[in-house]
Amino acid sequence: MFFKTTIAFAAAAAFSMSAMAWEPSGKVECLAPADPGGGWDFTCRSVGKVMQDLDLVSGSVQTVNMAGAGGGVAFAHTVSKRKNDEKLIVAASTATTTRLAQKQFPGMDASMVKWVGALGADYGIIAVSKDSKYENLNQLMDALKENPRSVKFAGGSARGGWDHLKVLIAAKAAGAENLPSIPYLSYNNGGEAMTQVVGGQVDAFTGDVSEATGFMDSGDLRVIAVLSEERLPGKFSHIPTAREQGIDALGPNWRGFYMPKETSAEAQKYWVDAVDTLYASDEWKAVMKSNGLIPFHPKAGEFESFVTNQVQDIETLSREIGLLK
Amino acid sequence: METLGFLMDGFAVALTPYNLMFALFGAFVGTLIGCLPGLGPANGVAILIPLAFTLGLPPETAMILLTSVYAGAMYGGRISSILLNIPGDEPAMMTCLDGYPMAQKGRAADALAISAIASFAGSLIGTIGLIMLAPVLARFALTFGPAEYFALFLLAFATLGGITGKNPMKTVIAAALGIMISTVGIDISTGTQRYTGGVLELYEGIDFILAIVGLFAISELLFFVEARMGKGRSKVKMGKMTLTFKEVVSTVPTQLRGGLLGFIAGVLPGAGASLGSFISYTLEKSVLGKKGRFGEGDIRGVVAPEAGNNGAASGALVPMLTLGVPGSGTTAVLLAMLISLNITPGPLMFTQNADIVWGVIAALLIGNVLLLILNIPMIGVFVRLLSVPPMYLLPIVTMVAFVGIYSISHSTFDLYFMILFGVGGYLLRKLEIPLVPIILGLLLGPEMEKNLGHALILSDGDWTTLWSSPLSIGLWLVAGLGLVLPTLVGPILRRRMRNAIKEGPVSD
Repeated sequence: MFFKTTIAFAAAAAFSMSAMAWEPSGKVECLAPADPGGGWDFTCRSVGKVMQDLDLVSGSVQTVNMAGAGGGVAFAHTVSKRKNDEKLIVAASTATTTRLAQKQFPGMDASMVKWVGALGADYGIIAVSKDSKYENLNQLMDALKENPRSVKFAGGSARGGWDHLKVLIAAKAAGAENLPSIPYLSYNNGGEAMTQVVGGQVDAFTGDVSEATGFMDSGDLRVIAVLSEERLPGKFSHIPTAREQGIDALGPNWRGFYMPKETSAEAQKYWVDAVDTLYASDEWKAVMKSNGLIPFHPKAGEFESFVTNQVQDIETLSREIGLLK
Repeated sequence: METLGFLMDGFAVALTPYNLMFALFGAFVGTLIGCLPGLGPANGVAILIPLAFTLGLPPETAMILLTSVYAGAMYGGRISSILLNIPGDEPAMMTCLDGYPMAQKGRAADALAISAIASFAGSLIGTIGLIMLAPVLARFALTFGPAEYFALFLLAFATLGGITGKNPMKTVIAAALGIMISTVGIDISTGTQRYTGGVLELYEGIDFILAIVGLFAISELLFFVEARMGKGRSKVKMGKMTLTFKEVVSTVPTQLRGGLLGFIAGVLPGAGASLGSFISYTLEKSVLGKKGRFGEGDIRGVVAPEAGNNGAASGALVPMLTLGVPGSGTTAVLLAMLISLNITPGPLMFTQNADIVWGVIAALLIGNVLLLILNIPMIGVFVRLLSVPPMYLLPIVTMVAFVGIYSISHSTFDLYFMILFGVGGYLLRKLEIPLVPIILGLLLGPEMEKNLGHALILSDGDWTTLWSSPLSIGLWLVAGLGLVLPTLVGPILRRRMRNAIKEGPVSD
């Protein structure tokens, strides 16, 4: 009996030991689903570097770029060819959830991967030119409520993309109706869209706060709301949130990771913990500061449900505006 | 004098040893590309694009390299015109007229030297024009709304054939092909996929860098393999330099006239460097009348077209940098490079990427000095390189193209695509369908579509918005002229160009 218990104990100990100790050996791969130079590439490279500096991984973190279909090529690759690779993480952001929600990765959905965690965000803003008659978000939304066609928006994503959705999220929260008829002009990037707003061709700009810094500093652009829970730190602290203007709209463009589905629970725990440790480190805080990232980090275990909710919200919204049938 | 301050900052960027090295390299390779017959500036820049990616150059360095190649090619074109009576590229055609006769009289070295000086003067005048005009135009462009942009793109397409274009139908076919290719992928105004056939790799559309490198560089390789595999040309004798200072001074008015005319021709969309060199030669001939011996080796007959085509080369950069509408084939390729470096040309670039814009402009000025140095004392090197057998050049170009494209996206799919474009480009060139309109269609088609959509959203579907402002009406009128004039004036001009060349004492 004693003997048997000991064996069981030893086995259990060995098991838990190995569970505690699971750690990727050798080279780890971070897949950036875009060309070098973009946001996902930055996520992989900066996270890889800090992980190595903090000795969170024993080997090196190698960034591999796999562009295509706005992340779809990398998603398909992870789901089909790397489904049990425990040494692989893939960079993702709100752009990923938007495309998943709108079924733009054919035959794939958010539940086909494991969501690891987020490491910061860029928040959505709504801005007008300095000469605009709209002084705050309420005035702008009142105009929309009266006539949805009265305010024209410009943004740097395609119709139905994240920049467009932020307008709809805010308008919906403000109680505006007939969302699909709100005019949205899509440009190749935020800069082009801002030029049109500053030049007086379009009424309002929708984008992320990091894009607007240049025109904000020059005084050409007036940011009338940021879609965050609280006011942003630093030089953005003068921007009122939509919430404090009585419009409960949130638009974080988060940066984070997912990993393949058929991996062990131990590996998943390891990566979730690693992201937690990384996020708390001073090294990462420095990276966030120098790159304009704002704190955003759902607690361990909550990220998966955050992603699921975001996908659901976007799906509902997309259906309402007729982008999804 | 804000501009001067920016220009100084630009020099600070361009004069770093690293950037200076690439400017020198670009100038050298550009001259070489220019002097190889058949290999024009657009192809030259296209061949160098993958190199910029292979080396992982920062944006300003990549642009400095490519603009130096561009400027160099404009210089280089004259070398084979003068020595072989074969223009190295189209804009150098007019240089044959008096350059080759000069060479036959034993004054090849003089012709090369004076044409280098003329190229320098033309390019300098053009660049000064660019410095003065571009910031003004960039500020003006802020007043452009979607309707005006739509009219502007229409203008670009209307003048596509240009006055020197041969077959308008083929130009239209080429532009339509480009626009068709550009519709593949997500349509940003509706958020839906078009013509992707469920292939994930096509969802973001076809990368125009791929198309450009394939169409120009790979098809060029195929042509080389077909036509010139084997030995190089036999060496050409240059003779001693007898050019006097007095002779150089006597051509100064010609240089100024040529440079200025060229610049104006360059700024106009669709006209380009060929027209620049043609009108400055023609003007020179009519101004000097009987005093000159044009066609028999008059030194001013070499100076005028060279000042003209180099002035036009800088002029063509003006609409490209300020409005995002290229004034010529080569600037279209440069535009594609800018876009793939994530820089949007236009008013915004002058504020947000000032270091790149002014770095490039400063590099043009520096490049010119470098080119002058390269082209007078070291001209012998290029003359000797003319006789290098292509079998040594080909493998290098092929390797650079493949490595470069692969390093952009790490995708073998893209390599297959590039080869596909290369074979396509080869076939199109065999059918004498020009490639530049394809690139313009590819680049400008989506922009035109987007702006049309935006204009209609802003006006709630009222089509008259497209011609409701004085500016857009003006653009429509110029577009109309651009469409009609070539069919009226074009044949006459072309006949004159042909006759001018036939008048040359000897032709190949």
